Amino acid sequence: MNRYVARFVAGAALAAATIGFASPGWAADVKSETLDAIKKRDQLICGVDTGIPGFAFQDSAGKWQGLDIAYCRAIAAAVLGDPEKVKYVGTTAKVRFSVLQSGEIDVLIRDSTHTLTRNTDLSLATGAINFFTGQAFMVKKSLNVAHVKELDGATICLITGTTLELNIADYGRANNIKINTLLFDKPEEAFAAAEAGRCDGYTDDGGSVAAARSAMKTPADWVILPELISREFLGSYCRQGDERWSILVKWVHYAMLEAEVLGITQANIDQIKASATNPEVRGFLGLENDYGKFLGADNDWAYRIIKAVGNYGENYDKYFGPLELPRGWNNLYTKGGLQYPLAWR
Amino acid sequence: MVRRPSPRAYVAQWVFLAGVIGVGGLLIVNLGANLARRNMHFGFGFLANKAGFDIPFHLLEWTTFDIYAKALLVSLLNTLLVSALSIVAATLFGLLVGIMRLSVNWLVRNLALAFIEFVRNTPQLVQIIFWYFAVLQTLPPPRQSIALPGGFLLNIRGLYVPHVVMQAGAALLPWLAGLLLVATPFASRLKIRERRLGALALILPVLALLLLNLGIERVEVPALKGFNIAGGVQVPPELVALWAGLTIYATAFIAEIVRSSIEAVPKGQHEAARSLGLRPARVLFLIVLPQALRIMVPQLTSQYLNLIKSSTLGTAIAYPEIFQIFAGTVMNQSGKEVEIIIIVMAVFLTINLLFSAFMNWYNRRVALVER
Repeated sequence: MNRYVARFVAGAALAAATIGFASPGWAADVKSETLDAIKKRDQLICGVDTGIPGFAFQDSAGKWQGLDIAYCRAIAAAVLGDPEKVKYVGTTAKVRFSVLQSGEIDVLIRDSTHTLTRNTDLSLATGAINFFTGQAFMVKKSLNVAHVKELDGATICLITGTTLELNIADYGRANNIKINTLLFDKPEEAFAAAEAGRCDGYTDDGGSVAAARSAMKTPADWVILPELISREFLGSYCRQGDERWSILVKWVHYAMLEAEVLGITQANIDQIKASATNPEVRGFLGLENDYGKFLGADNDWAYRIIKAVGNYGENYDKYFGPLELPRGWNNLYTKGGLQYPLAWR
Repeated sequence: MVRRPSPRAYVAQWVFLAGVIGVGGLLIVNLGANLARRNMHFGFGFLANKAGFDIPFHLLEWTTFDIYAKALLVSLLNTLLVSALSIVAATLFGLLVGIMRLSVNWLVRNLALAFIEFVRNTPQLVQIIFWYFAVLQTLPPPRQSIALPGGFLLNIRGLYVPHVVMQAGAALLPWLAGLLLVATPFASRLKIRERRLGALALILPVLALLLLNLGIERVEVPALKGFNIAGGVQVPPELVALWAGLTIYATAFIAEIVRSSIEAVPKGQHEAARSLGLRPARVLFLIVLPQALRIMVPQLTSQYLNLIKSSTLGTAIAYPEIFQIFAGTVMNQSGKEVEIIIIVMAVFLTINLLFSAFMNWYNRRVALVER
């Protein structure tokens, strides 16, 4: 009997697939379990950091702010039409991937490095890279250290459950020095221990180190060393098996970059839309072509994203400007950086 | 048949057992299906993979080339170390505070009461973090270390103890010396020709000391080198803070157990001892406490088990115990959540079952033999 059931299921699946291929890519035909669930509950559940300046933090009014938060808002604006329809779930480095795998969150945007093991062994889908950085070190100025290589014998505080622990061990091995580590669960305790002098410095991704420095009592007492000892290219993660959803998340990032390339900002978007003649701009804003519908949203999606959060550069300046972190690698490809949107064709 | 109590009870028990097995089976099948859906495989093979990270504090030799299984062992030893230290300290302090609670002196009695109420009614995690930062805030940086007599150094990185380096062939000597020390109290009870060895047994520790002296190559005294103190053995502040946090919390509970057990000893025992002319201290230690001990042991067991489990709070203050290293770093690097949580639970279950088996044995030994 089982064979018949299997045959029936296979037949049904084949039929569904045929219909899927045969019909044009209209919104209703983009099949995504996650997208359907989000629309049904009318809310995006976004996994974010528990609190790190720049990426995700709560302001004095308890409202979430930061680059990663801007992406959650942008996705909600694109899919649900309202950037406020987001539930934020703060996740520690330790549990973030389990929370995503178990389906508690729709997407993880939590300054997470894209790695081979996470892509394969953990079965996670990598989206676009929204922050290019590397592992950086911050030490007390009074130690008179100018380079990472001089840290032989030093103790460095860091967060457990990250790529950092392995990088630091590998770096020590490669350079024949020994850097002692002290592993904390959450940034707050690690910052406090560094502040108290329990360790000589703090290490994290470049953006987070700048954030850590801003959290110190006297940021000027701390210096960020010039070397980056690894590639930490941060971006969003989705579950594998729902490709249309991860494609949509990826293109939300490209939309924010495309707007910057086209010179569209949160402030001038209405004006540009009203008088747009450039076909690229018209395509982006959904006045021509069906880009939004191909993705499973509607054609106004990109307009809503920029209207809600602004373009990539605006967000970078807003959240990393105060941390005095230059754009560097995160500048547009046209300005010597690594950030590029794929072609809107 | 249904009306008779015993078959009915049997049926109910079998139904219940079947239910438990059914739910358990369902959970396992569900787990398997969910793992398969995410292309994840269940297995313990990952334990043989190279760890590649550093463990800040370790009793065994640890390098980044070691495997996950060894990380489990190293972090388990750290858990056991802090648990053992805390159990010993909490028992001593608990006894002291418990006796203070019954003191005739108003100040002593109420100091003990205030301590107990304060400690019992604040969260343990908060206390541990408090101790950690209290310790960190008060100690000086490495370059201004406090030099203690005997070559000890104290700073924010911890207490540095001079390290004795043994000669190449003499690695077994410290163990032998330790064995002699442990054997001393037993030896003093030995009888040779109906006479106790007694104080003569003190020859053993002297012998141990001599043996050790023979094997010593040099004593490594800690000294400032670069950023940190080099040489000697480091007792990190994380260990001290966790030790203090666990000890103080358990002390409050143990003190109450001690107090209630002492009060549970019939008053007549106390009065009889007094009327025999024993002084109060002797009454306490010879008559009351030995009887109170019998009442205490089962309750102490559960306190000790709690303490061992609470050692996982060390993860908040960077103490590399099993929960932080194995269920933290290893879990994240390997992605084997289910397997690792199963291992950690099995480890704690084993520790606690062994420990409670020991305590039950001890309880039977001290229990009143009723004929």
